[in-house]
Amino acid sequence: MQPSKIVKALAIALPILTLAACGSTQDAEQQVEETNQAQQTEQVETPANVEVSKLEKEKELQMLERQKQQDMLRQNAVIRFEFDQARIGSEYFEILEAHASFLRDNPEAKVVVEGHTDERGTPEYNIALGERRAKAVVKYLQNLGVSASQISQVSYGEEKPENTSRTEAAFAANRRAVLVY
Amino acid sequence: MKRIVFLFVCLFSLVAQKAHATLEILITEGLDTARPIAIVPFSYEGDGVMPLQLADIIKADLARSGKFNPGVKMPQQPTSEADVDYAQWVESGVEAIVIGRVKQTAFDQYHVHVKLLDVVRGQVTGGFGRTIEAGEQLETNDHILYEADVSVESRRFRYLAHHFSDNIFKSLTGIPGAFKTKIAYVLVDNEKESKPYQLVVADYDGYGEKVLLSSEEPLMSPSWSPDATKLAYVTFENRQAQIYIQDLYSSARQKIASFPGINGSPRWSPDGKKMALVLSKDGNPEIYVMDLITKRLRRITKNRNIDTEPSWSPDGKEIVFTSERGGKPQLYSVNLATRKVSRLTFTGEMNLGGSITPDGKDLVMVNRTRGNYHIGRLDLNSRALQVLTKTYLDESPSIAPNGTMIIYSTLHGQNQVLALVSLDGRFKARLPSGRGQVKAPAWSPMM
Repeated sequence: MQPSKIVKALAIALPILTLAACGSTQDAEQQVEETNQAQQTEQVETPANVEVSKLEKEKELQMLERQKQQDMLRQNAVIRFEFDQARIGSEYFEILEAHASFLRDNPEAKVVVEGHTDERGTPEYNIALGERRAKAVVKYLQNLGVSASQISQVSYGEEKPENTSRTEAAFAANRRAVLVY
Repeated sequence: MKRIVFLFVCLFSLVAQKAHATLEILITEGLDTARPIAIVPFSYEGDGVMPLQLADIIKADLARSGKFNPGVKMPQQPTSEADVDYAQWVESGVEAIVIGRVKQTAFDQYHVHVKLLDVVRGQVTGGFGRTIEAGEQLETNDHILYEADVSVESRRFRYLAHHFSDNIFKSLTGIPGAFKTKIAYVLVDNEKESKPYQLVVADYDGYGEKVLLSSEEPLMSPSWSPDATKLAYVTFENRQAQIYIQDLYSSARQKIASFPGINGSPRWSPDGKKMALVLSKDGNPEIYVMDLITKRLRRITKNRNIDTEPSWSPDGKEIVFTSERGGKPQLYSVNLATRKVSRLTFTGEMNLGGSITPDGKDLVMVNRTRGNYHIGRLDLNSRALQVLTKTYLDESPSIAPNGTMIIYSTLHGQNQVLALVSLDGRFKARLPSGRGQVKAPAWSPMM
């Protein structure tokens, strides 16, 4: 690639990258802009080829970044609970804020909050307890401005343990809510 | 050559083991207090070998009832009444003996004769009991407690043995036997390549197991229809809890509840017309009753805490349930006519998963005391609670339809297995599973 072309590409890519890092409204506007541009290129035909390829590249970058953000959220998608409790510990506030921010920025994104318990107690009671945990997380996200339409919840009770070794540590690991995208 | 034969035997025994049922019963406690009884091997007259030694099955049934010890030493092995030496049997300490004969009458047709003899009465009367009725002496044969003549094909032998066990048990205890019943349970086999969650039905002793449904997602809470032709259960196959009814004989499935949130704990009413269930569609888990014909729902509880695990009283007039309304989960009952709620349990940190015995006298539940989850029994009259088990993480108790035994899920080693405990807590047995986690047992009604 010629140096001038790289400069040209950066000149377009950089503002869009910063846009992507900003709030959700810009994101939506940007998408509209993109479609407009795409239509234009079709109308102008051949000479616009170079620009078309650049636009594709921009899209790639943007998606890659969102993917990265989602991966990061996925790695931090588990909220653990005390025995027989559904209170969210303060150590999870930051993680949930990150999820809330992602969901606010991406109104089309949907999340399922799964509630889980350890294997102590009866399976049916644990379904109720798991729902209480899932709901606590759903409520927390809603309080941070996430739209109810983006969130659904399901309780699996003790049916899907993360760790089946039945040690105290395993029980602690299984008492959780998981945000699944 | 010897080696080859040995290898063959090994292979054969491996194959034979595979053909065995997954669940076998290992009696862990209670044989010492059981009544001694002898089940003499039945004689056989016909081609080849007898299809199945009926005495073995009867013996296993009676041992598992917790009330009898059929493992006694036999002074003789008679197969007809004329050969019975009552004096010897009395001396051996048994109270009754079962003798029988099998005779082939045609291709795959067998005539079976069985007799249950009271040895003390037999010794007194010499087998010729007499009574005086209206001034006349009558032969009573009152030492014969049960006698039957049946013609069957070989595939019915197991069923026939259970049928004999039912009658022998009834003759000696006055309680109907429940040896022809089945159990439904959930098997989670994570070594299976796909669909690890399975809904299984087997004979009460683990034989003839059949997978009714395999799923990628969890299955829970099987509940029998009172006529034992259908099962209701919870499935997550559509990524949310839903309640289905499955016909055992046509395998037809019907979705009866799929509301937002929890759809759980289905329990058939004793008359089979309604289903108690738990829904959280109106905010938090509450008990509802669904009319199975109109599908109309009636809300039974209204409380901002968890209400779950409904179970019908035998007369269908009350529902026992678990509630957190008093802080920790305890058992309550609600009268369906008056809506009056009363608390049933006060002993222990928690009491969950309650159900009333068929005679209405006891409440069986999961009791948590000092952090341990055990099966407990509350005498509804005296309000005394007896902890029945000593196993670990006990849950999902289900009572046999004759009210003598409880099947439940427990942890043994690293595996969830099924276990049995008698209502008096004396008899205990484990049903070790060959594979996977076995849970959520549900004892069928009488079949």
